[in-house]
Amino acid sequence: MNLTPELDDLKEEIKAHAMDCGLDFFDVVFEMCTYDQINQIAALGGFPTRYPHWKFGMEYERLSKSYQWGLAKIYEMVINNDPCYAYLMISNPLVDQKLVIAHVYAHSDFFKNNCFFAHTSRKAIDEMANHGARIRSYSERHGHERVEAFLDCCLSIENLIDIHSTGIRRQDPVKGQTRFLEEPDEELEKVQRIRSKDYMDRFVNPTEFLEAKKQELEDARKKKKRIPAEPEHDVLHFLIEYAPLEPWQRDVLAIVREEAYYFAPQWMTKIMNEGWATYWHSRMMTEHLCTDHEIVDFADHHSGTVAQPPGQINPYKVGVELFRDIEERWNKGRHGPAWEDCDDYKKRRDWDTKAMEGRAKIFEVRKFHNDVTFIDAFLTPEFCEEHRLYGYAFNPKTGQYEITSRDFDDIKRQLLGNLTNGGQPFIYVQDANYKNRGELYLRHRFEGVELKTDHARDTLRNLNVIWSRPVHLETFVGGKGKLLSFDGNEHKESEIAVEAEEHAALA
Amino acid sequence: MNERDFALQQNVSKIERDHGRFRQIVRGRIKKDLRKYMTRGELIGKKGKDLVSIPLPQIELPRFRFGKNQGGVGAGEGEVGDPLGGQEQEGEGKGEAGERPGEHVLEVDLTLEELAKILGEELELPNILPKGRRTVLAEKERYTSIRRQGPESLRHFKRTYVRALRRQIAMGMYDPKNPRIIPIKEDKRFKSWKVTFVPESNAVIFYMMDVSGSMGDEQKELVRTTAFWIDTWLRSQYRTIESRYITHDAAAREVDQETFYRTRESGGTAISTAYRLCANVIEKLYSPLDWNIYCFHFSDGDNLLSDNEHCFRILKEELLPNVNLFCYGQVRSLYGSGEFKRKLDDAMEADNLITADIRSKEEIYDAIKVFLGKGK
Repeated sequence: MNLTPELDDLKEEIKAHAMDCGLDFFDVVFEMCTYDQINQIAALGGFPTRYPHWKFGMEYERLSKSYQWGLAKIYEMVINNDPCYAYLMISNPLVDQKLVIAHVYAHSDFFKNNCFFAHTSRKAIDEMANHGARIRSYSERHGHERVEAFLDCCLSIENLIDIHSTGIRRQDPVKGQTRFLEEPDEELEKVQRIRSKDYMDRFVNPTEFLEAKKQELEDARKKKKRIPAEPEHDVLHFLIEYAPLEPWQRDVLAIVREEAYYFAPQWMTKIMNEGWATYWHSRMMTEHLCTDHEIVDFADHHSGTVAQPPGQINPYKVGVELFRDIEERWNKGRHGPAWEDCDDYKKRRDWDTKAMEGRAKIFEVRKFHNDVTFIDAFLTPEFCEEHRLYGYAFNPKTGQYEITSRDFDDIKRQLLGNLTNGGQPFIYVQDANYKNRGELYLRHRFEGVELKTDHARDTLRNLNVIWSRPVHLETFVGGKGKLLSFDGNEHKESEIAVEAEEHAALA
Repeated sequence: MNERDFALQQNVSKIERDHGRFRQIVRGRIKKDLRKYMTRGELIGKKGKDLVSIPLPQIELPRFRFGKNQGGVGAGEGEVGDPLGGQEQEGEGKGEAGERPGEHVLEVDLTLEELAKILGEELELPNILPKGRRTVLAEKERYTSIRRQGPESLRHFKRTYVRALRRQIAMGMYDPKNPRIIPIKEDKRFKSWKVTFVPESNAVIFYMMDVSGSMGDEQKELVRTTAFWIDTWLRSQYRTIESRYITHDAAAREVDQETFYRTRESGGTAISTAYRLCANVIEKLYSPLDWNIYCFHFSDGDNLLSDNEHCFRILKEELLPNVNLFCYGQVRSLYGSGEFKRKLDDAMEADNLITADIRSKEEIYDAIKVFLGKGK
């Protein structure tokens, strides 16, 4: 449903304020939805037309039950698209609608300007519908059960992408050529000797050195032959290129990968994106939009948005406070070497260079950062102290999560660890021709946290469906290097030596 | 309806299909291999003062993901070493999350209707077609009409509001900039009832049980469980249902539900006494023309040998012609000969006579399927 005339006028007003604030956004199309419609669309990831899959039904049940029991309510939803689509809950009171509309314009600005969104399609609504149509047509041709079962396998590995690879220009796949054909051996490269007199030769070209060089060349040659030449972080891309799939399967996998890349920046910038939107809605509401009698309702709603339940951090809260902190620091010139080196408490407290660069700085930050770099660059000990942040961990002895540290470095390391790679383990394709038998060898780059073993095994099973040859995963189980294998019939587990320095534990 | 509304509408049926498929997976009807990833999650909600647990099954597809020792960052008070209290929850969406589980958490379990529906789906039970005549007229009051007078508690808010709005617009008192609608007495509308007569199918269930010495607690447990499921199913099929309970050893008597499951008699067994009593009650109170009649008899199969012929005669002449279904369930006991079922199977054959063995709890499932699988 379209906006009511009153809301439409309001939208224009808020849009004008947003532009005055310097926000630069895609135009936004607002839709009014009932709670059930909004639950449905939210369950579908924001897109009214997605491919058919039970996971959307599962999400719908969760949202519906939460809403029915009054536990959670979706106020707003906004889609990264040009124009942006935003859904407003029809039953929201006017003050909430104002807040949400302001919030949405800031999101739209973030989508348009943050560099990690640069690769995402701005015609996502059409593309998702297109994906849906393709998968539905495969379902009709090959049977719903079969397509769904394959989709389950693909979704089980949808996190195996390289979120930082979006700038890489990949070579177009070579058409009609088998990729496993070995290229003819090049002329064996010889180790270059340094010219020397005979009697000096064994000093100028010591045998050990020549041997080492020879080995190096040998390794390089081997590496060239290996597929992939370098460990491949974008496992999905690798599988699309090399796995023996039927054309429809390849396409389904490609769809899953494409959507994973589309959604990736949203969780890579969760804190920033929500912080940015919250920053601007609270500014616009308090400076322009709230009438006198609405201010209490606004404050009530806003405090709900930024409330931190115990044991969690709320991205809205951390994000907005960090943006405010940055603005203040750059307004007062509290950054740079002079500030860092100053340890006079009194001087620091009164530090104010009247630089007033805060506004420019937060716009710059919203353009170039993601959550990891945002926290890395702008989280300060003062901020941790003020917002009472702590690190926690699971204590197997008590069976509970316990506070483990209030030390700034620990907290920062923990937070960055949780955010890195979207909180997903790093998995690489190491060798597609393991044991020279076409078996797939994956490696988990261990950084101190082990995988959930039962899940890892079942994921291998799904990978085997796609690769159709045995699959292996090098990882750590119970503190030891292990190779988990699945050959299509049974799981195996063998101990392997993994060089310690490669797997230096974070903790 | 514009184009976008249409898209939204279509989307409704789409999510229903996805949701239906998810429910089927949860119930284990399809894709059984996915059930092992099912987590029995719950939401903690509030109902009045009580905290309630709302079951929320979720299926987590396997992934390469981190195990439990990951840790995280939180905010709030507390010393190093303090437990966080409660499990880590995913912080998703905004708005206030649910209350933490307290002392008194009630399960919001399935309603009996939902249970019956699941039972029906699991056992592929056909819906019952009640016998032809729906002669009994039930008087029903439904609040479907509107009056100008009535108590405030029945005021129809929307109608009242609309009347007031109409009046104010007609009188030129309505200001869209400041829309204040104040109903006066003439605007008020009240809900009112109409009496309608709805033909209904009525049903009565007779539960008969052997309580002779050979029926122990274990046997009664089997009977109780079976009867519960039968009851649940039949209640989902009929609006009104009556249950009658008959126990027998060498003589039969009609009892209430409590006594039915509790009593333990001793002595011999004459099944025909129960059938006799049942037939008498039907004749007196439940005209087969108006009632759908179900009889379930449970025993360990031990009967006075000379009584068998008598049983078969009552069944053939008085019970079977009048009832929708006569089911005999034979539970195994240490002492019972288990002969009655065989004799009954040999002696008679009728479309609405069904027998089943219930030797253990596992067999209840099959027995119910046999009993109710005909859709009678």
